[in-house]
Amino acid sequence: MFSSLTQWIDSFLLRYMGENWALFVEFLLIGVSIMVAYAVLALILILVERKICAYFQCRLGPNRVGPWGLFQTAADMIKIVLKELIRINRADHFLFRLASFIVIVGSVCTFGALPFAKGLQVIDFNIGVFYLLAISSLGVVGILLAGWSSNSKYTMIGAMRSGAQLISYELSCGMSLLCIVVLSGTMQLSEIVEMQRDSWFIFQGHVPAVIAFIIYLIAGHAETNRGPFDLPEAESELTAGYHTEYSGIQFGFFYLAEYMNMFIIAAIAATMFLGGWQPLHISGWDTFNQVMDCIPSAIWFLGKTGFCIFLALWVRWSFPRLRIDQLLRLEWKILMPICLVNILLMALLVALRG
Amino acid sequence: MSNSALFLVVFLTALALVGAALLVAWLLAPRSWNAHKGQPYECGIPTRGTSWMQFRVGYYLFAILYLVFDVETVLLFPWAVTVKDMGMQAVACVLFFLVVLALGLAYAWKKGALIWK
Repeated sequence: MFSSLTQWIDSFLLRYMGENWALFVEFLLIGVSIMVAYAVLALILILVERKICAYFQCRLGPNRVGPWGLFQTAADMIKIVLKELIRINRADHFLFRLASFIVIVGSVCTFGALPFAKGLQVIDFNIGVFYLLAISSLGVVGILLAGWSSNSKYTMIGAMRSGAQLISYELSCGMSLLCIVVLSGTMQLSEIVEMQRDSWFIFQGHVPAVIAFIIYLIAGHAETNRGPFDLPEAESELTAGYHTEYSGIQFGFFYLAEYMNMFIIAAIAATMFLGGWQPLHISGWDTFNQVMDCIPSAIWFLGKTGFCIFLALWVRWSFPRLRIDQLLRLEWKILMPICLVNILLMALLVALRG
Repeated sequence: MSNSALFLVVFLTALALVGAALLVAWLLAPRSWNAHKGQPYECGIPTRGTSWMQFRVGYYLFAILYLVFDVETVLLFPWAVTVKDMGMQAVACVLFFLVVLALGLAYAWKKGALIWK
């Protein structure tokens, strides 16, 4: 459906202008649609999180702005744009500004590589998984810069903690995705999704895939600085962690990136383990498969992503915060060894299957 | 359309997103200044000294460990793509690699580098 749409736009533009202009307009369209999708998804996510959190705590959540509080986050965004951008006296102003750029660039570039639906994927590198890992780790640089350049004690400690946590958990993230690469034999995201047509990788890969999925969920959750892993911004100790000194829309960027990173982590989990936009197929059940095919691919993708996001929210609002020694022990002494063994298990499985 | 061009488009989109939002905020936001506004946040007490100073070495240790294992993950990715074709040979090769790495982790563990003190 989406590939025919893009072809139609392409031929439509070529009818009215030269090839270069058509290309330019297409690039512009891609840019604008990514920007809109990014912002709108973030607004929806923030509202969903606030609502779900409220229900976990037996509250109502936002319910004044619009029906059921639907326009709450839109109103918040307007408010945040109208706030003053405070200049900190002793901060490194250039790096202070640069940090918000880097954080957003890291998350938008990852966002652009996700396969949202059949034929709806902007960047499709043949080293897709590698690209995702590489570009999403840009966020660490942004966070460290933000904390360091503000020249404040809270932000400095927050950034350091955040850096230690993010780099540690990135290893487990990478290794659990590595398991899926072993299973699929390719790093291209579109091919990975295509290979899950008959059964998703979490079913194809037996035990190692399930272990990898669970580890990815834990490590990915820690990557987003949320839930029980939110010591970089432990509000009782550090006010707001690395973005304490940011005000107005600049704070908004960090907030936006945090929520979108949660979406991206959930979307990668859905793509790599739960079949991306492929519908649920069970071999032999032909009627069931046909019924499942009727549901549009975008809905499958968003449904699976939503499921992973809900898991993340559930964990976030259910567990108390870890201490930093517990956090690092969990990664280096539990998840890392399991990951190393798991890679070997997966390789054995693939090799024996031939 | 090549992927590299598309990557450039997405990259510029990200820059434009931040730039546009900053511009709108700069146009709309109020501006006022006084000497206390520019101070770093410290619960109402003036900050003593600079914050750009020494911090604990524990973070550095973890950064080094991360470097070792991250480079290892990078090396493992090309291997992972070929497991399907190479079969047991690939497993045998990587077994050696992973054992050496596990020894490294065990060494760090034994030395107490993994404990936050």
